[in-house]
Amino acid sequence: MADIIRRDPHAEWIARNRLHPLHALIQTNMHGEHARWMGPNGIIRKNPHAALGFSGPNGLRRIDRSGSQQGGAVRRQGEQQASQLLLHRVEEPAFIIAVVPDLIGGRLSSHDRDLLGLARQLAGSSGAVLAVVFGEHRETGFDIAGVDRLLQLSGHEYEGYSPEQRVVALRAIEGQFLPRHWLLPDSRTGGGELGRRFAATLHERPATRVWQVKEGQCIGRAGAGSEDLARPLPKVVLACAECAEPVSEARYEARAVTLADIHSLRVLARIEDMGAVAVDPARVPMAEAEFILSGGNGVQDWDLFHRAAQVLGATEGASRVAVDEGHMPRHRQVGATGTWVTARVYLAVGISGAVQHLQGISACDKVIAINLNPGCDMVKRADLSIVADSNAVLQALIDLVEAYRRGEQREAA
Amino acid sequence: MSDALLDVITLVSVGSHPMSARARRAEQDARAVELGLHLVGDRLTVLHAGNPYEESLRAYLGMGLPALHVLEQPKGADALPVLANYLQEAHVQVVLTGTQAETGEGSGMLPYLLAEALGWPLVVGLADVESVEAGYAQVLQALPRGQRRRLKVRLPFIGSVDNAAPAARQSAFGPARRGEITLEDVEVVDDLLWHEAALQPARPRPKRLKVIKAKTAADRFRAATAKATGEGGQILRDVSPQAGAEAIFKVLCEEGVIR
Repeated sequence: MADIIRRDPHAEWIARNRLHPLHALIQTNMHGEHARWMGPNGIIRKNPHAALGFSGPNGLRRIDRSGSQQGGAVRRQGEQQASQLLLHRVEEPAFIIAVVPDLIGGRLSSHDRDLLGLARQLAGSSGAVLAVVFGEHRETGFDIAGVDRLLQLSGHEYEGYSPEQRVVALRAIEGQFLPRHWLLPDSRTGGGELGRRFAATLHERPATRVWQVKEGQCIGRAGAGSEDLARPLPKVVLACAECAEPVSEARYEARAVTLADIHSLRVLARIEDMGAVAVDPARVPMAEAEFILSGGNGVQDWDLFHRAAQVLGATEGASRVAVDEGHMPRHRQVGATGTWVTARVYLAVGISGAVQHLQGISACDKVIAINLNPGCDMVKRADLSIVADSNAVLQALIDLVEAYRRGEQREAA
Repeated sequence: MSDALLDVITLVSVGSHPMSARARRAEQDARAVELGLHLVGDRLTVLHAGNPYEESLRAYLGMGLPALHVLEQPKGADALPVLANYLQEAHVQVVLTGTQAETGEGSGMLPYLLAEALGWPLVVGLADVESVEAGYAQVLQALPRGQRRRLKVRLPFIGSVDNAAPAARQSAFGPARRGEITLEDVEVVDDLLWHEAALQPARPRPKRLKVIKAKTAADRFRAATAKATGEGGQILRDVSPQAGAEAIFKVLCEEGVIR
């Protein structure tokens, strides 16, 4: 009986008639699961009113095929896609590939993602990728980056510069999980050093600056970069950025695992971290400054701007207009026509965002804009925009930071 | 600053010019020599393991050194055990090296393996030695993005120097000729790496292609014409300057750029 397809001609008639008082009710039923149904001849039917488009301002349904559709329906689809990725599960891994990502600023960098992609290739379908994280992190996408097992080691002993402590922890992981390979990013931000220290304690010769892994062989740069070194893939691999494609096809478990005996890991450090040294931000080259305060045409009070840069401890930058007007020197110009910057935080004050300027800051992680015009391109690019007068906001920011510093001193005293 | 009893050894190698590939003094090793000269002047010992008749070694002597000590080894021999033996008996407090060699394997592992073999602490990216007293040295470590970190390290230690260290002085021709190169015969240990690995001319790395995995024509079109816009940035309108500044301050604190 169940395979007899029953139709409700009355409901169909109401659904076709937009002026019927019950039309809205039928329409809601047609959404979601009811957007597709089997027709009388066994053909799948779609309700174009439910499945496509969005409600326009006058309540009419609009279908925009130009690709620039801004309606809510499309965005919701995009969110669903992440969860629709197939979940790859490894219950009993045949072997482990361990990865120690850098996690600059607590998040996976593109270098880390490439490395996880390489780990995924090496793990295949039977192995598991174990990511080792030191300290706290702010990454939420370990599952779509390709991590099967996540081992987080937190505690005050891993804070700051603690290479010896971290190497001891990695050795404990080596003893417990017996990974087939260790992958670390060959970067100046920590992975290169940690990997070499770890390899030295294992008495291994790691493959360094690796840019290709294929069929058990790896190729890495040698010397000053004019030669390549080809060798069988060793246990410890320090890989360059873009060594493999990052994971995008599937979702992974990122199941938390723990280390058996954490408390015996304390070591007596021979190197003591005495903290960061205050570096004059004006002397840091702008191309590699971490935090840039950049001013443009909208800045009226340049003395206030310089004072804000000093209080915030930011390197100063400027847009082309501000440089042409003579407010800032030429070597401070940011953009395709000036310096391409790589700052982690870029605070743009009164910059509307010319194309050249936006190109120059394309490598920046967090962009904050202070601008009077909410429709300008810089506001579209920014992660946080304040639509207000720049002078007042800068002054308030200076007050806030000074109050914060004073409070910190009082706590320390 | 420099302690009268401080003994420093700098390990040097033969470099290669990036364009002409001619032998020269290695850039980072020259910086290590410069740092050593800052610390102890011409009491600095400079040590090389390899061919003593290499002309470019004299460029180090031209920096104002009276002599250079060479542990004679053929090409392809392992420098590590020889250097470790020498340093064990040398009674020095500080050993300076470059970060990685400009020729050969260039893995940058030598300082790490030496530190492991000798059981000494290793400081990477040494920018300056501030003071040496009571068995400890206070040093500055160079971090990416022009930052510095102060470390206190127990003597003796190995410090590797990268491009953040003070630039090396010029090499003068006269002192380079006058300087003396002293030889020492050592046991030759074969480097096992070359049994399984091979050097080849560097191939250009493949450029990463921008693969668009869109399923529909509309998605492909959008990907091809997309502007550089952040998705879903927060916009605060009609707020007081104080509220705006607080929002900015919160982000700056989260990112850890307010120190």
